[in-house]
Amino acid sequence: MATFTLRVNGARKTVQVEPETPLLYVLRNDLLLNGPKFGCGMAQCGACSVLIGGKEARSCVTPVSAAVNAPITTIEGLGTLEKLHPLQRAFIDEQACQCGFCGNGMVIAAKALLDRNASPTGQEIRQALSGHLCRCASHNRIVRAVQRAAREMRS
Amino acid sequence: MNASRRDFLKQSGALVVGFALVPSLGIAQEPARLPGSLQNNRRLDAWLAIEPNGRVTIFTGKIELGQGIGTALSQIAADELDVDLARLDIVHGDTARTPNEGQTAGSLSVEQSGTALRFACAEARDILVSAAAAKLGVPAADLNVSDGTVTAPGGASVTYWDLAGAADLKREASAKATPKPASGYRWVGKSVARRDIPKKFTGGAAYVQDVRLPGMVFGRVVRPPSPGARLVSVDDARVRRMPGVVAVVRDGSFLAVAAKREEQAIRARDALKRSARWKETESLPPSGDALYRHLMSAQAPAQTVADKASATAGAAVKTLDAVYTRPYQCHASIGPSCALAHWKDGALTVWTHSQGVFPLRADLAKALGVDPKQIRCIHAEGAGCYGHNGADDVALDAALLARAAGGKPVKLQWMRDDEFAWEPYGSAMVMKLAGGIDAQGQVVSWSHELWSHPHSTRPGSTPGVNLLAARHLANPLDPGLPPDVPQPSGGSDRNAIPLYDFGNVKVVKHYIPESPLRTSALRTLGGYANVFALESFVDEVALAAGVDPVEFRLRHTTDPRARAVIEAAARKAGWQPGTRGDGARGRGFAFARYKNLACYVAMAADVEVERATGRVRVTRAIAAVDAGQIVNPDGVVNQIEGGIIQSASWTLKESVRFDRTRVTTRSWADYPILRFDEVPEVDVVLVDRPGERFLGVGEGAQGPAAAAIANAVANATGKRLRDLPLTPERLKQALA
Ligand code: FES
Ligand code: FES
Repeated sequence: MATFTLRVNGARKTVQVEPETPLLYVLRNDLLLNGPKFGCGMAQCGACSVLIGGKEARSCVTPVSAAVNAPITTIEGLGTLEKLHPLQRAFIDEQACQCGFCGNGMVIAAKALLDRNASPTGQEIRQALSGHLCRCASHNRIVRAVQRAAREMRS
Repeated sequence: MNASRRDFLKQSGALVVGFALVPSLGIAQEPARLPGSLQNNRRLDAWLAIEPNGRVTIFTGKIELGQGIGTALSQIAADELDVDLARLDIVHGDTARTPNEGQTAGSLSVEQSGTALRFACAEARDILVSAAAAKLGVPAADLNVSDGTVTAPGGASVTYWDLAGAADLKREASAKATPKPASGYRWVGKSVARRDIPKKFTGGAAYVQDVRLPGMVFGRVVRPPSPGARLVSVDDARVRRMPGVVAVVRDGSFLAVAAKREEQAIRARDALKRSARWKETESLPPSGDALYRHLMSAQAPAQTVADKASATAGAAVKTLDAVYTRPYQCHASIGPSCALAHWKDGALTVWTHSQGVFPLRADLAKALGVDPKQIRCIHAEGAGCYGHNGADDVALDAALLARAAGGKPVKLQWMRDDEFAWEPYGSAMVMKLAGGIDAQGQVVSWSHELWSHPHSTRPGSTPGVNLLAARHLANPLDPGLPPDVPQPSGGSDRNAIPLYDFGNVKVVKHYIPESPLRTSALRTLGGYANVFALESFVDEVALAAGVDPVEFRLRHTTDPRARAVIEAAARKAGWQPGTRGDGARGRGFAFARYKNLACYVAMAADVEVERATGRVRVTRAIAAVDAGQIVNPDGVVNQIEGGIIQSASWTLKESVRFDRTRVTTRSWADYPILRFDEVPEVDVVLVDRPGERFLGVGEGAQGPAAAAIANAVANATGKRLRDLPLTPERLKQALA
């Protein structure tokens, strides 16, 4: 075991784990965050995505030791029920899910996209999200939610 | 999620104190037939409680799986009670608290639970208003109710919450109270925002994966490498000494490990996997085309499902026949199955995303050798499941492991490969269609013969135990051979009987209960494959008759509601009769009434075909839906959109891979599904029928979408693909 200090959602957190421990389990089990989900553990689905230094990362294959150098943002860090981030509000307003299990990764990937492109086209949104799987097939609603959030964030 | 909050709270002072879930029917005479699930859960207080603090709790045996059922049921209850939607709390699927409504399946939740709540809440309202009348000294008929406040003409008022002690709901429902007419609804029929969504986008505790108990440890299971494998040896002693390991269970070929930390459990699982020696046998069927010959050669008697001779149908001037196939397909939930189990003083509590907490409890009791009364199953949401996936199986895995964990709660999460290799699949099927038309192009004979394994092996479907681990134990339990789901809804033969006015219809099934690969309910059971075949063949026959496909369907349809959706979809799509595809683009049409009993769906699909690669892209789908009285329009649209796109994925891409020994589908790389850049635009037209029965929509789109796509490919290319999925290789071969 080794000690790691992470910056998660603006707070410093210290954990004692093996260096190769996937960040996902630290976030979920040590820091008790629900947002990042286990979907595949193989970087195939995007359910576990978080932002590390503003870039989307698959926390299921990111060793905790590789996550100490940059701030980590999870969906919890974007906003809360009381103070929603425009992306969260847009996903709720568009009712952009069925089960919602993929939703964490969709919001995180959309955040990374809007940070580098404030007015993406529908095609660009689909491209940016194409590494994220949704089995309930809420894709079109998700695209509409991202467009809605982009509009709101621009105005 | 704070589990203690989920514990059974004695609601002292509430209208309901310790309600009885099982009616005491000591009387010999047959009790009156009650609507929906009231029939088997007859007490009013099993369905709702009026709390003195101004809240209303409704109880349902149906569970939320992202289909929005909690919201739809709340809308119905709020309307019948005349209370604000925001006052409602809802408890889903808890063997200690809710009615037993069996499985949440078959798109029946609104019909069964919604109908029960509708009548129970209407009756509760009457009881409350009578109590108010007594209190206010005013005839009940003169009273007005608004958000739980009952007001007399003079302005005097009393609230439901004041009356909670005076009104008695501890009684059997009579279903005599008249529910509201459609014109009186305030919530039903509105696109109310789903109550489960906000927490899902803010990192709230929304899923079973988010349930945490003090002292909880993490479990993983080590499945055999193949369905026919038996465990010969494993060095579990070494694994027990690994960091964090709390328990290793080895019972026959069942192998599982619990550890303090999740990554430790995963490492221990890997170590067990490496050291385990298995004896494998070739137990699987051949794959590819041989699979279907294998199915058709199974010893399964021909059973007649329908045989309708027509006195008026003339002789056929043209006959056709065709064989269609569908492979094994996965539920492929985004989140693998998960459960949390906790043993305390010989009693077991399980948090589960099972679709049927009561049937699960019964099977757990059999597998664990304990009294069902000692087990409580509490539903918590999982990832979308679309039928019977590993949800029930993982509950037994967790219970077996927790029993060895010294009283510590165990959260057991399957890995991705556990889910792909061991979930029960949608059965492979063969459908052989034949038909004849007369000189006018009317169908004078129609036959549909099918071969299939079971489509429902959920807990409770046999006297045996169909929980996966039970068959791997040293003393294995037999899963039993499930019967097919009978008509009129049907299982393997679901939707095999055409709804069209065809002459001389014969439907025959070969139901093969013994299945080398586990199969069970996948959204629509046999309906997806049967509608794919039937509606593809309708187009083939229409082409032979020289009639436009939409026109051909209308000529054979008298049911006005069926005609209405066919016409609405064609209109919305701007259907041009007789349009031929140009080789690269085409358009197809299909229709079905799910189960021949539930919602009506008609659909047009547009495809683009890349001739060089054989790649098919569905660009647009336009559907018209009649779901009877619609409770939540956006909820219906959401289900239909999702159904169409999921079906497009099944239809274009999906097929379980296996060799004679092992399932080789282990990850998303082996089981591609439709991605963002491949999904079609979807338009849904709702045909609302206020006052009509609620009809479930969760499964209505799957079959029509498959056939509309196949018909569009045929329209585009002139080539008919009859084997699912419609892969580039198959299309390239057809075009060569
Ligand atoms: S869980 Fe990390 S990508 Fe699937
Ligand atoms: S909403 Fe269920 S997986 Fe996307």
